[in-house]
Formats: sequence, structure tokens, C-alpha cells
Amino acid sequence: MSSEIFIWPFNLGLYFILIYSVVRSTIWFRSLSRADKLRLQRGFFGMPFMQSIREIFMESLLHRRIFKKNPVLGYMHMSLAFGWFLLIVFGTIEADFFGEKHLNPPSHAIFFRWFNPEHGASGLASVFTQWMDFLLAFILSGLLLAIIKRFIPGMMGMKKTTKHTWTDRIALTSLWLIFPSRLLAESFTCGVHGSGGFLTGNLGAALASFLPAADMAPWFWWLYSLSLGTFFFLLPVTRYFHIPVELLLIFMRNSGITTADRWSAYSEVQTHACSSCGICISVCQMSRAAGINDMQSAYFIKGLRNERDIAAITANCLMCGRCDEVCPVGIELGPLRLIERRQGERPATRLKFIDRYGLTRRREQIEREPTQSYSYLVPEEEQQADVLFFAGCMTHLTPSVIVAMKKIMDSAGVRYRFMDEQGGVCCGRPLMLAGRDREARELINHNSDIIWKSGAKTLVTSCPICYKVFRESYYLEAQVMHHSEFINLLIEEGSLRLGYLHRRVVYHDPCDLGRGSGIYDEPRAVISYVAELQPVPEERSMSLCCGGSLGNLTLSSEKRALIAADAAGTLTRSAPDELITACPLCKKTFAQATETRVSDIAELVAVALPKPVRRTRSRSLANTVKVVADGL
Amino acid sequence: MKEKRKHVIVAGGGVAGMEAAGSLAEMGIRVTLVEKGEDPGGHLLQWHALFPGRRPAEEVRKYLRKRIAHENINVITRTTVEKIRHHGHEVIADLSGGKQERADAVIVATGFDLFDAHRKEEYGYGIYDNVITSADLEDMFNRKKVARADGSPPSRIGFIHCVGSRDEKVNNNHCSKVCCVTAVKQAIEVRKLLPESEVFCFYMDMRMFGPYYEELYRESQEVHNVNYIRGKVSEASVNINNRLVIKVEDTLAGRPLKMELDLMVLMVGMEMSKPGTRLAEASGLNTGINRFLESADHHYGSNLSGVAGIFYAGTCTAPMNITDTISHSRAAVEETVRYLGGR
Repeated sequence: MSSEIFIWPFNLGLYFILIYSVVRSTIWFRSLSRADKLRLQRGFFGMPFMQSIREIFMESLLHRRIFKKNPVLGYMHMSLAFGWFLLIVFGTIEADFFGEKHLNPPSHAIFFRWFNPEHGASGLASVFTQWMDFLLAFILSGLLLAIIKRFIPGMMGMKKTTKHTWTDRIALTSLWLIFPSRLLAESFTCGVHGSGGFLTGNLGAALASFLPAADMAPWFWWLYSLSLGTFFFLLPVTRYFHIPVELLLIFMRNSGITTADRWSAYSEVQTHACSSCGICISVCQMSRAAGINDMQSAYFIKGLRNERDIAAITANCLMCGRCDEVCPVGIELGPLRLIERRQGERPATRLKFIDRYGLTRRREQIEREPTQSYSYLVPEEEQQADVLFFAGCMTHLTPSVIVAMKKIMDSAGVRYRFMDEQGGVCCGRPLMLAGRDREARELINHNSDIIWKSGAKTLVTSCPICYKVFRESYYLEAQVMHHSEFINLLIEEGSLRLGYLHRRVVYHDPCDLGRGSGIYDEPRAVISYVAELQPVPEERSMSLCCGGSLGNLTLSSEKRALIAADAAGTLTRSAPDELITACPLCKKTFAQATETRVSDIAELVAVALPKPVRRTRSRSLANTVKVVADGL
Repeated sequence: MKEKRKHVIVAGGGVAGMEAAGSLAEMGIRVTLVEKGEDPGGHLLQWHALFPGRRPAEEVRKYLRKRIAHENINVITRTTVEKIRHHGHEVIADLSGGKQERADAVIVATGFDLFDAHRKEEYGYGIYDNVITSADLEDMFNRKKVARADGSPPSRIGFIHCVGSRDEKVNNNHCSKVCCVTAVKQAIEVRKLLPESEVFCFYMDMRMFGPYYEELYRESQEVHNVNYIRGKVSEASVNINNRLVIKVEDTLAGRPLKMELDLMVLMVGMEMSKPGTRLAEASGLNTGINRFLESADHHYGSNLSGVAGIFYAGTCTAPMNITDTISHSRAAVEETVRYLGGR
């Protein structure tokens, strides 16, 4: 009997998902920009292809990144993905080797035991049977962990796990049913025929001893086929679509395609490649410190995928970038959120939402809404300088940083001009974070004009927020430096003479300086030069957000205070003398959140500057007396 | 057998604590007044004159000193009450330094702390020489000399209202009530000491809640030429002449404003005191979102803690002026006496 009816749910599902994947990929490919199409074509015949194969093996099958985060969680993912992969590969080989003919349809490999119930009695066939049983046991062990994780997420280092839609639940159920039903189907068949390996053979014999195995077997083969078929059919509308899409994503990324700042096919591929694993929820400080559990990237991506109204989710994010760091799929979560914010502010998303409800009058109103303009800004007079110092709006709120920077630059003999001493124009980044690119560009043009006219070689800023936008969105000849880099340069050049302060300090990496711009070492070098720098629990790329972020305009002050207190508590766990940061916003935020003294790196360095000698005779006499007295 | 004399501990020797101690002692109750400073008197010790009539603060200090000069009152200074525990019908107060005091009841009168102006770094307190707080100015009045750090007389003085009050950024949403009228009083005093000077008050709202406050506000404008600008200062810096430059929005005129000042006075608000916070945490007393002690009932039980034998008096429950503090304190005594009699 070569064709049974029960194989058809599986067959239909498989052919459906294969055709669907091809069609979907073609649509995505066609909507890529010309440049991205070329990147992909070039990638296919070059190194990116090999890199992708390697990455697919390491990440999609072995799940190395998840392994690093938590070995049990990694094992769970690996056993399901890699185990299933091996089961398919060796199942196909087995069917090809021992089947009736070569090049069987996939169903023959999947339901091999049904078609060859006596197989595996001796020789190589028995080795194969044992191996296939081992693979099944390997997968089942992972499945057991998955079930445990669903009910006790804490066991695998996950604080929270994502909430599922009902389609996800059905797909999840069918996925969970696939392997147990295969186990029982094979066992019953083996039980009837006295065949099978250590797992199916023994279980089959045991079951056959008290159950009518011959009658039961077809039921489980049906269940096995139905589970597979259901899973394949639901795949495109559930989170499990990430399995095929992730392969495409890896290939696209390795070919050099990036999210950039506009919605594209690549953005769509990324939203479909999200597995909703929930790792982003666990690292999110809004979750761990402020109890907000429904705004994280997994929900943002899910909302995008299902085209829900996610304006509230899109806005409620600190944009600290911790989730970008840990995403096992490597989705560019921050840039995607920024794209959505831009569309949210402009009519696009709102119109889509409004159209659905036919509110045309409101639509006309939105289209008439005026946009802001900074056309009233007058260009400034030309003023020459070697070094320009741009404090930025936030640094103007922390005047001690300005005072310290002036002292340091004067002490090092830097000839500088303080670009915004009398109040300048914003760097433009807060507007960009709010998705108002056009208005931001007006400010960028205004500032660029001043910087170009000055002929400065170096632009120093005390604010990481300004620093990032100067580096990324301005076209300047001047080298942009954060003041921590600049101070480090002055120390290395030997222009600064500094004393050593006997203080134990910790350093907080500001989001935009660390994760945002990759500046981790210079601030540490500067601090270590003048004080004893102690490590903190979460630093460098996993540094915490202070909670004061400009990236979130909807979070309440109370929630911000909770995040700040939690972060400050983590940073000052070792009871340091001082908490050092390199961002005026972090400084202001932490100053309200901890009893520990909070200073900017520039303030710390300014204290280490040599003091002007001003000693009176009586004072030195008093000191001498004291020294003599101590000596006695 | 003669009944044992009742004993009450009063935690805090400011206006509320002194008034409570005096009232209790008058009724024949033994009082232990625990004060953290060198002498009882609290914040009033620093003050030169009081609103609305600008009477010397010394007059009220003298009244309160007389109030506690009673044989039934034992004053312990340089000490705080760290924890209140119950032991049968008695309460035991753990004092700083490890001592314990047993009593029949405790009146908590731990008062307030002035907001630490360093926390509003954008105003430059502790960074620029000529930025002072309202308390610093009161000290200048005591010394009868209002001057800049270099000793020269200021020609333009600015008062910044709501420093640390009604400010989400420093986690204080509450109004400290008395700073508005204090600013009016101080502005008049500055104008009287320095008739050549110009005085500007930068306010959010003028909250003249008490009798004769509104009249004082009017007088300051009509008689003393004090200028009022509705708007909050965003930041301060210094220019090359070492004058302060403030940025502020004039919200009535609807335009931004830049102004040079010689002296800037920060009207610092009231916060729950640190010893009070420690005591509340250790003893399990409820505090509100404004971090002050939360009374059992907002309207008719503002002296009740909800815990037997513990009563509240004065600004440990909310910002208050001296008049209200004294009334609140007497009410706390009434509640305490009723509690002691009913046991």
C-alpha cells in the first residue's frame, strides 16, 4: 500500500507552505530598492552566502546566542530546531536508502515507519533505527522544557514571556502535538510488528501488551499528519513564520541590507522574523523597574505584523537599545520604532487607522494641520576657531559640567570657542527621536552653517545625545568628539597635568555614548587615570538606561523615578564614593535617585587639576606643628 | 494608691513640638521633648521676621521658649527618635545613640526639611557665587546686610518661586504653601534695605491663602515697586561681568525673556524631613505620595496616625505656616489627652 489518505493533511500543508514562502519571498524581493536588489544578487554569488549558511547553522539551528544567555533556554531551542532538522535529514536518507525506491516524496520519509513497519531488524538498518529514536528523544526533551517554560518562565532566566494570540495558541498546540504523536504512532506500529529502536521498540512492546496496537496505530498516524498539516497551514499567520523568514533575514543582512530610516521590504522581513521569544521583555527596564509589560519590542513587532493601532506602544519606549543588544534574531528594533514614529506623527498610520472607520472629515483636518518651521532662525556671524565647544541644551541645565570643561580646557591651553554660550540652537536629535525629521533638518542646517564657517578642526560636545547626531546626521569636516574622548586625548598628548584622587568610583555608560556610539574605553581610561574605577553589574553594551531618556515622551515621572532608582541602586551596589557618568541627562536623573554623589566625568577631572598654590605662612606653620605632633 | 503620672514623648522640638510640649505640661502630663539640634526652635531659629506683618521672629521664639520652660518638661537635645514600638499599653521610643524612652503616647512633630537647592542644578546653587536660598537671605537679614559674594550691594535681585515645589522633575508635586508669601515679605525687606535696587519675582501662581497675605502682595507692588513676572526660570549662567543671566518665559506676555541679575534668591520648598522619613519607615507609619505622614482621616483625623498612642502635629503631615502649625499641635494634644483618659 503506497498511498494512505492520512498523509494528505501533511502533504497539503507542506505544499501550501512551500508555495506560500516562494511567493512571499518573490513579493518582498520585487519591492526592495534597486540598490538592495543588487546587494542581494551580489551576495548570492559571494562571501555573504557562505556567511549566511554558517550563521543559519549557528543561530537558527544551534541557537548559540540564546545558549550564551541561558544554557537551558539554548538547549530547548537547539533540541527543537537542530533535532527536527536532523530528523528530517536522516529521515530522508533513511527513506532513500531503505525505501522501495530512491527519491521518494517527503511523505515517505516523514511516515517511513508506517510504510516500512518491519524495518530495522539488523545491520545498518538497526543502527539507523536507534539513531532516529535518539533524535526523537532529543526533540522530546526540548519539548518538555518548552512546556515547563510556558508555565514557569523564571526557570530559564526569563522574567516574562509573551502573551499569545489565539492563532498562535492553536499553532503552538499543533507544534507540541507533532512529536508526541509521532512517538506514539511509531511505537504502536513497532509494537504490532515487534520492531523499533530503544524508544519506539520498548514503548511499543509495552503498549501492545495491554492495548489493541494494530487498531490504535492509524489514529496516531492521523494525529501526526494533522498536527503537521495544521502547523504548516497556520504558519504564515503565526509567530512561527519566523522559522522560514529568519533564513531570508540572515541572508539579506549578510548581503549588507540595513533598516535605514524608511519602511521597506527589509523592515517587513524583520517583523516576520521575530519569534516573540520575549527576551526583549526580560531586559526592558520599563518591565523590571516600572511594571510596564505590554510596550516591549515583541509587542511592537507583533502589532506591526498584524497591522494593529500601536501608536501608544510605539511612543512608550526609552529608546535605550538594550533589546537591540539581546535580540537573538538581530532585528533592528530601535530603527524600526523610529520609522513607525515618523509615520505616526505624519498622517500615514493615523490615516490608515482613520480610513478603516471612514472618518473622512478628520482626515481632511489632519491633512490641513500645519507643520512647524524654524525659518525664523537667522544665520550667525562668521567666527573662526580651532576647537568649538558645544555644550547642548541639557548641559546648560548642568552648569557644573560647563564650569568643569572650561577649567579643563583652560588648564590644557586649548584655544576654543564656546559655540552656544549665549544659548544656541538644539542639535536636532530630540526632534528626530520624536519622528520629526524635516524640522530636525532645519536645526541641523543652521548649526552646520556655524560649524563650517568657523573652520574648526574639532567639535567637542558634552552631551552624548548631541554627539550621536553630530556624528551621524551632520556633514562636517570637523572631527566630532565627546568630551570624554577629548579629555582622553588631552591626557595622552600630555597637555593636562592631573593629580590622583583617592576615591572609589563607578561609571555609568550613557545609552547614546555607549550602545549608541560605541564609546566605552575612553571614559574608562580618563576615570582610571584620576581615580579608582570599580566594575558594575551591567555595563558597556548592557548598560542600564538612567530613566531620563528623551526618547520617551509618554512615560510618567513616577515611572521614570522608579526606573532611575532601580538603575542607580544597581550601579551603587558596591557603595562607591561617587557615581560618574558622561551625560548631563543621566547626571540630572541620577541626582534625584540616589544619595551617592553623582558627577560628570569632566567634574571628576576638574577636581584632579592642580590647585593654584596659595599657602600662607601661619598655615604652613600650623601644618608643621601638626606633622611634628603626629610624629611624636 | 495614687495613679502613676502620664508620660508623653514629643518627637521634634520645632514650633509644633514646643507648643505640644507646653500644652501637655500645663495639664500635668510629664513630657520628654526630643530635639535633633543644639536647641529647640527648629527652622524658626534661622528666621529674621515673619509674614504677614513682618514682626520679628524673636517674639514667637520667646513665646515658645517660655512655653517649654516648665517643670514637667524634660528636653533632650542632639537626639532623634528612630523607632516607636508598642509594649502592652506603653510605647517605647528607640532614640539615636541607643537609649530608650518609655511613655504612654508619642506625638510625632518631626517637621520638614528645606528642599536642597543643589538638586535643581540648572539654577546654579553652589556653582555660581550669587545664587542663594530664601533661608540664606533670611540669614543676611539677621546680619542686616544683603550683599553679593564680593560684598557689593546688588542692584537687581530676582526671586525664583517654586524651587523644589510643584516640580515633577524632582518628584515633588505638592505646593509648599508658604514660599509665595515669604517671597513677598522678603522682596519688601530687600527693597527697604536697598531702596535703589530693582526686585523681580518669577512665579507660577501667587497663592495668598492666609489673612492679610493678599494685602501684603498688593502693598509690595503699590508701595515697594516689586515686579512680578509669571513664568518659570529654565536655566541660569554667568556672563563675563560675573552677573547672572537667567532665561525665563514671560507667560503673560507670551515671549521668552533673558535677564541679568546681581543676586538670585531660590524660594526653596518644604519636604518631609529625613529623620521623619526614617522614623516612619522603621515604625511602619503610612506616608503619602508626597512622602509626608499620612493621617488616618484627611478631614477630621489629621492628628491621628491610625496606630494607638501615636499622634501627629504640624508640618510632618503637610506644609503649614506657623499659625496653622500651632493650631494643629494643640489639636494633637487634645487627641492625645482623650486617648490617655480613655485607657
